[in-house]
Amino acid sequence: MQLRSPLARVRRLGSARAGTEEFIAQRLTAMALIPLLLWFVYSIIYLARADHPTVILWIRIPWHTVGLILLFLMLFHHAHSGLREVLQDYVHHEIVKTISMVAMKFAVITISISCVLAILRISLGG
Amino acid sequence: MAIQQYQRPLSPHLQIYRWELTAIMSITHRATGVFLAMGTLVLVYWLMAVAVGPGAYQQAQHLLGSPFGLLILFAWSFSLFYHLCNGIRHLFWDAGCGFELKTVYASGYFVWVATLVLTGLAWGLALMENGGV
Repeated sequence: MQLRSPLARVRRLGSARAGTEEFIAQRLTAMALIPLLLWFVYSIIYLARADHPTVILWIRIPWHTVGLILLFLMLFHHAHSGLREVLQDYVHHEIVKTISMVAMKFAVITISISCVLAILRISLGG
Repeated sequence: MAIQQYQRPLSPHLQIYRWELTAIMSITHRATGVFLAMGTLVLVYWLMAVAVGPGAYQQAQHLLGSPFGLLILFAWSFSLFYHLCNGIRHLFWDAGCGFELKTVYASGYFVWVATLVLTGLAWGLALMENGGV
């Protein structure tokens, strides 16, 4: 049975049938961030006054490197989900909404890759 | 859009209703989320400074250690713990638990207490470990 009017369907209102995946991804990244952030905040408290070589050595410990890369990837994925929701809810001008969402996606991907590269450079650099 | 040409009756909007704990916590979750997303840029700056070298790192440490930097870090830590605790509350809801009105309020108050305790704990540890801010 179809409750939506033919006109609404022609105007492409309604679900794109691809929302569930994003909904689940937002929850999964949230769950991953619980231990990652607690670990990171705890570590950063002890690194607050550390000099440069100490921070480098800390990042170079293999499981710290892995943890940091995971943290940044999960963090940006989660922040992207949330900010996209905010744009979808509060920006009503279609063109502005589309442009800001695409710009945000490009920015998030660029920043994520830059961060992973920075962590790897610190970790593997001579 | 063409739909808006019809003069349809509208449901009363937000300003009609009295502010309740649930509504305040919901919008705070969003606001802290947006604030934290902006805060990730500071985190990125710090990481890049570490990658660039000792000079840039020293500058970043100096900026973050300034009174304004510490204020931002404090607001950031408070927002983080709020978003974390309330996020866990949301995850329970997503699993289908805790929808009773009494439970909703109890978990809401618990989130505020946990946020204050965690923020206090983090800054207490930081003060102890670093011998003053």
